[in-house]
Amino acid sequence: MTLLSRTARRLAGLLATLFAASFVIFAAVYAAPGDPAVFLAGGRDKLTPERLASVRAQYHLDEPLVVQYGRWLWDCVHLDLGRSFKYSDQVADLVAARFPTTLQLVAYATLLFVVLGVGAGVLAAVKRSTWVDSLVVGGTTLAASVPSFVAAIALVSLFGVQLGWFPVTGSGEGFGGTLRHLTLPALSLALGALAIISRVTRQAMADAAASDHVEAARASGVPERDIIRRHVLRNALGPIVTMCGLVMAGMLAGTVVVETAFGISGIGSLLVGAINTHDFPVAQAVLLLMVTGYIAVTTLVDLVHPLLDPRVKGATT
Amino acid sequence: MTATALAPAPSPLRGRRPLGVAVAGAFLALVVLAAVFAPLLAPYAPDAIDLSASLVGTGGEHLLGTDSSGQDLLSRALHGARTSLIAPVLLLAVAAVLGISLGVLAAWRGGWVDALVSRLTDVMYAFPGLLFTVLIIAVFGAGMTTSVLALGLAFTPTIAKYTRSLALSEARKPYVDAYRVLGMGGARICALHVVPNLGRAVLGYLVVLFGEALMSLATLSYLGFGAQPPSSDWGLMVQEGQAAVVQGALLPAMVPGTAIALVVVSFNVVGVWAADRLGSR
Amino acid sequence: MTLLDIADLTVRIPGAARPVLDTVTLTVRPGEVVGLVGESGSGKSTTAKAAIGLLPPGATATGQVRFAGADVLGLTGERLRAHRAGPVGMVHQDPRAALNPVRRIGDFLTERGATRARAAELLAAVGLSEPERRLRQRPHELSGGMLQRVVIAGALAAEPRLLLADEATSALDVTTQAEILALLRDLRATRDLGLLLITHDLHLAAAYCDRVYVMYAGRVVEERTAKALFATPAHPYTRGLLSCSPTLRTSTVGAPVPLTPIPGRPPSLADAFAGCPFVARCPVAETACETWPPEPKALPDGGTTSCRVLPVEASRT
Repeated sequence: MTLLSRTARRLAGLLATLFAASFVIFAAVYAAPGDPAVFLAGGRDKLTPERLASVRAQYHLDEPLVVQYGRWLWDCVHLDLGRSFKYSDQVADLVAARFPTTLQLVAYATLLFVVLGVGAGVLAAVKRSTWVDSLVVGGTTLAASVPSFVAAIALVSLFGVQLGWFPVTGSGEGFGGTLRHLTLPALSLALGALAIISRVTRQAMADAAASDHVEAARASGVPERDIIRRHVLRNALGPIVTMCGLVMAGMLAGTVVVETAFGISGIGSLLVGAINTHDFPVAQAVLLLMVTGYIAVTTLVDLVHPLLDPRVKGATT
Repeated sequence: MTATALAPAPSPLRGRRPLGVAVAGAFLALVVLAAVFAPLLAPYAPDAIDLSASLVGTGGEHLLGTDSSGQDLLSRALHGARTSLIAPVLLLAVAAVLGISLGVLAAWRGGWVDALVSRLTDVMYAFPGLLFTVLIIAVFGAGMTTSVLALGLAFTPTIAKYTRSLALSEARKPYVDAYRVLGMGGARICALHVVPNLGRAVLGYLVVLFGEALMSLATLSYLGFGAQPPSSDWGLMVQEGQAAVVQGALLPAMVPGTAIALVVVSFNVVGVWAADRLGSR
Repeated sequence: MTLLDIADLTVRIPGAARPVLDTVTLTVRPGEVVGLVGESGSGKSTTAKAAIGLLPPGATATGQVRFAGADVLGLTGERLRAHRAGPVGMVHQDPRAALNPVRRIGDFLTERGATRARAAELLAAVGLSEPERRLRQRPHELSGGMLQRVVIAGALAAEPRLLLADEATSALDVTTQAEILALLRDLRATRDLGLLLITHDLHLAAAYCDRVYVMYAGRVVEERTAKALFATPAHPYTRGLLSCSPTLRTSTVGAPVPLTPIPGRPPSLADAFAGCPFVARCPVAETACETWPPEPKALPDGGTTSCRVLPVEASRT
């Protein structure tokens, strides 16, 4: 299979999954008890007949389901995500205003978990079977068991309230302000990911270190530092990069909790607010955005993977 | 550095497993006992409000202090252990029934049934983290029942996938052919022989998933999607206690938060060990 | 002066019933080709690796390993690395496993101390065409024979005085084997290298080497010049090895020499011996052999063998 046909297959798979997932998000309206129009309008409270009529028109509720879905998807692709009843605003504008903050949070958390997670994993692998290794493995077992909202509160109480190093809420102004405000949220978001990545790194390096060429390099007197960097870590990169990509993709969903815990107005907290206020069009839009982002990033990771392994690349070109 | 420095070796936790597992297991046993005897052990009623004793610290009349409405945190945490432990069991039961049925069905029937199950699984995997559950809650509204059922559904594909792979190899075993020759129907063979034979391994897998199930439920309750007041669910307690953290009172959020973390870490330690012993890996 | 001088080397690893190596004595002089022959598990690789101070994990060693008069076993850290990177080069069994699959041929050579220009010279010296292009290629683009030439070039990069060839041709097909052996012989002649050829093929060793050591269960059981070994093998094990591989020779009556496998199986590390380790498989063993601690006995032609019933038997071949 050539690289091109592989890419084409993956993209076709991406589209198929996107269609299926978006259909689930769209059709969920019909699973709700009662009239879908009432549900989309946010419940019977303060519901006027005009409002109901406009919802029916917006979602083409009088047409067959497939047509409705097609039109909704067409609108979504053109960034027309409907109107929010609660905010009396275009959903697209609401999301657009908050999305950058969420992206910053995810980017910051990614930076943290990649640097700290890979670092800890490398350290554990190099110091294998020493107290450093035990510390890393024990620490990550613990870190993987702390839900992000508990981590958030622990971090706030220690670094925000007790030590006063970081602000405890909000997303801040300017680069420095944003950085300060997002440090604790990004850390809580990164904690679980860090645990996963450090384990994957440790294991991938152990596997790579067991290769014959590593012993051959050692027998040839190649300096240990070069062996670790150019043989062990280099050959372990495949699984590490793949896992980093997958974990980063999943982080969009993690922002739901962390943004709520820190009162950051991003799309995660927007989703929680929308559900608590029965504002389904907003929830739909955020879910669609998150799922699309997730599928896109995971596909990208899958396409990038062969580039790290010249054997695969060589075999496919 | 010697040649052995990077030699492959098992996880260092493995060597110490008996001690770690014993400590974690003992802790879990204590928590379960505390949950069972919560009404006897709790010094106060979990919902007894005493505004004169708001945000009291540790010691004194309230061993673990109180929250902002003066409710005794120890009593709430003890009662909360009941919901926080039973709910994950229920959700895993839902997921196990659905997942095992789907997995065995897919493996047994193969063909389009298998393809359909795996496509459905793929669609659910397209929703990262808790988003599939969140979608269901967005449609059906918040609440503990919805959360348990929705999470049960969200955990189904994982169990279905695991069961399918086990059932595939089980279905090829000679005893299956033997029963067929005896004229036994496929459904009967599955129900009476295949599923019980997979039981141990699937059970081990469920133990591994327990920590995640508990964390997921606590997270939903924290977001306001799961347990509703006046429940003492740990996730909900953290949410209610969060406001006091900024005032410097850590206990209302950290008592339930620590409880979650300790129970999950204990389950993860015990789970890996149990999965090994039950042959789930 | 002796290049490699191993004297009474005994290596023990935890959990084994007997030493991996038991009082092994072996020398290699400059310009000499020495064969080291035995079944897998006989300790021949362990002996060779001891020359670069590479012992099995957890092993303890007594006896001496000297290179050009300097103690090797006492080397640690940077000095051990320098020893491995400098005067001793190693050629491994499977060239495909000895090279890191994701790095280029050029990296393999420069890592072992060659400059870019010298790397190309080395590739030319081991008989590879288009050396400049090879430097940019990766292992999967080359054949096994070409890769073994690369590995040899790597071993030569640091201008070694001793080459250890550990089953260096076993993984190659027969014509390539012959080419590689010829190359090694040429290199030995032009660079005055000592060459220690480790192989399980006694015929190859007897035809190719100046002197041959035969190992069994961690001991050297016979040490002879190649010619003498082939003509009058002294130890029953050596004779067994010679008669269990097919030859074109015919016996005195004109019929092909029958193939007679050595009965029993090679001993594992779990087998301990009170006397001669070969006694259970030996066609000439006597009861006293079971308690006779093997020690080398001089043969008239200058070799040694560790057999209690010899040299009486030696003449009877």
